[in-house]
Amino acid sequence: MRFAIQINEGPYTHQASDTAYQFAKAALEKGHEIFRVFFYHDGVNNGTRYTVPPQDDRNLQKLWSELAEAHKLDLVVCIAAAQRRGILDANEAKRQGKDGDNIAPGFRISGLGQLIEAGIQADRLIVFGD
Amino acid sequence: MSTLHTVNKSPYERNAMTSCLGHVSAGDLVLLIEDGVLAARKGGSFAQALNAAKGACKIYVLAPDLAARGIGAGDVLEGVETVDYGGFVDLAASATRVCAWL
Repeated sequence: MRFAIQINEGPYTHQASDTAYQFAKAALEKGHEIFRVFFYHDGVNNGTRYTVPPQDDRNLQKLWSELAEAHKLDLVVCIAAAQRRGILDANEAKRQGKDGDNIAPGFRISGLGQLIEAGIQADRLIVFGD
Repeated sequence: MSTLHTVNKSPYERNAMTSCLGHVSAGDLVLLIEDGVLAARKGGSFAQALNAAKGACKIYVLAPDLAARGIGAGDVLEGVETVDYGGFVDLAASATRVCAWL
């Protein structure tokens, strides 16, 4: 089955990103497909590579990046939510005249159309949030 | 046609679970996750509401979230089934759609 996942919450607010990650991992282990993970609202904060949690804490950004690499996942960060929260890729940094970008490996910045498409293409869209 | 409803907030904090139980249809599935698992505690204030809902729909609770909150299997309401993340995936696949009560 083809799943799409939407995450509305940052990695250190409550538990949404953790639950979504565990769900995605379990789905992949069962042979399901993850069509896309869409990071919306504060969820975009999962996609900055400048996250440096203590060594004994889980690093959700890294976990998502590794899962994306292993399973060729499409991790999409909402552009409007990202701009508000200072999540930039190289193109956006240049366009906005900023001195650097911080998008994490495996993540890409795009628009809400990607969420709509995921809702249409996937068999199930599951939302995790606050 | 059945819906998997997920509830992730404590019923003592928000009314998401109460709203959810007020909207479920016969044959639907309800999965309590994150702080939502607190509702499934035996002897809790929401035991009656869950017991009443059990007739029409099936109630599940996520085991790792119970364990993280120190709630043992013996503390869970009877008739509420515990599942792991794999079970969560199976529930999402078996229902025709998933509704998150955020």
